[in-house]
Amino acid sequence: MIARPVVTVATHATETRPGGARRAPQPQPTAAAPSKIETSALNLFYGSFRALKDISISIDEHRITALIGPSGCGKSTFLRTLNRMNDIIPGVRIEGNVIIDGQDIYGPGIDLVELRKRVGMVFQRPNPFPMSVFDNVAYGPRIHGLATKGTLPDIVERSLRAAALWDEVKDRLNDSALGLSGGQQQRLCIARVLAVEPEVLLMDEPCSALDPISTAKIEDLMIDLKRDYTIVIVTHNMQQAGRVSDKTGFFLSGELIEYGETRDIFERPRDRRTEDYITGRFG
Amino acid sequence: MAVTRRAYEQELRALNQDILLMGSMIEEAVHLAIEALARQDVDLAKEIIEDDKRVDDLELAIEDRCLKLLALQQPLAGDLRMIATAIWVITDLERMGDHAVNISEIAVRIGNQPLIKPLIDIPRMAGITEGMIKGCLDAFVARDPELARKTCRTDDQVDKIYEDLFDELMGFIVNSPDTRTSTQAANLLFVARFLERVADHATNIGERVIYMVTGLRESY
Repeated sequence: MIARPVVTVATHATETRPGGARRAPQPQPTAAAPSKIETSALNLFYGSFRALKDISISIDEHRITALIGPSGCGKSTFLRTLNRMNDIIPGVRIEGNVIIDGQDIYGPGIDLVELRKRVGMVFQRPNPFPMSVFDNVAYGPRIHGLATKGTLPDIVERSLRAAALWDEVKDRLNDSALGLSGGQQQRLCIARVLAVEPEVLLMDEPCSALDPISTAKIEDLMIDLKRDYTIVIVTHNMQQAGRVSDKTGFFLSGELIEYGETRDIFERPRDRRTEDYITGRFG
Repeated sequence: MAVTRRAYEQELRALNQDILLMGSMIEEAVHLAIEALARQDVDLAKEIIEDDKRVDDLELAIEDRCLKLLALQQPLAGDLRMIATAIWVITDLERMGDHAVNISEIAVRIGNQPLIKPLIDIPRMAGITEGMIKGCLDAFVARDPELARKTCRTDDQVDKIYEDLFDELMGFIVNSPDTRTSTQAANLLFVARFLERVADHATNIGERVIYMVTGLRESY
């Protein structure tokens, strides 16, 4: 007979109680992770409109952080501040700091091309280039000159494998990427970002144009990828935030209202406005 | 700000109402079961046994309502806690109803035999237990964790009476001159035990209410 370890299970308190309150086990937050991105008093103005108000947040390394909130709340704007994508919008002014790995990305001497290589972005609608599957993934390494680190086919294969797409496209690498399904195109876009070896993945509603199966594949992929990358995702899908993220931040009218462990945000939010939003009582 | 999800709100309100209905049925069943025992009213006891089917039906209907809400509305935060609490609470209520039936069955069994002692402690224990049922249901309605805590703490009084009754009735069993006395003492001991269990289930409900309101678990 196989010896089994003796497991003592605390009997549930339905038996005769000898009186007196016992401390019930409280949910424990997951172990603290080192911070990858920190913003402090971050404000963003579109002309005179203040779209982000004093956002101070610490985003954990190798975790998935979900940003939720109604349309126009600033969550996508915030996401774009993390790789300075807002810089290209005329009239945008930014105050405060965004620190990634101890470096202020709005500080002097920041190379934007290098920044966006380190902090890659996946958009709402898959946007493959009108070229072959191979060339889509090879595009970044070619312009960044990464191909010298290994052969280009190796980088393409590694990236497609990491994006869980390799098996589906390995026999059609030279076909046009535009012939792939929506879900495959989105994973191709993820592979394209991974090919330049980023550290942070920003995802702006990456599944909103996808069916549930493709969505499930991307979500599985995200959970696999967080081992190597720090992921920040903007989503309107509350269930998705619940399924994939470790931490969730709720934005409203440009403010970060509440930020914490996803389980806490979804089970016992502290702020009434968070509760109203995630329970759908928000007009 | 406009309130949205009206149909969902209505469903949650209906769930709340159903739980209150089930709670009041149980409160009544426990009360009447002890009354049937004390007054030796066999007809009333049989009625309570018969009525338990309504409680069981309502439990299934509420369970179904909760599962439908979970499946279709993806409740979160306070709504999620409320629905989880509902599922827990109806299980406790159903068990309390079963104990009311158990007590009624004993009332039928004792019938109109002369009682071996005047019933004093059992009705007193029942009064406190009924107060606990009412307290935990009021706490549920009012979303009042303090009332729930107070109700949970009352369980100690019930436990104390049970212990005293146990000693007293065991005395009857051990020293009884005839089997009729010892059998009735054993039956009354079971009644005390059932009431003690009802109070424990009321305590469970109180704990669930605390979780529903605060999101945190406390154990009594």
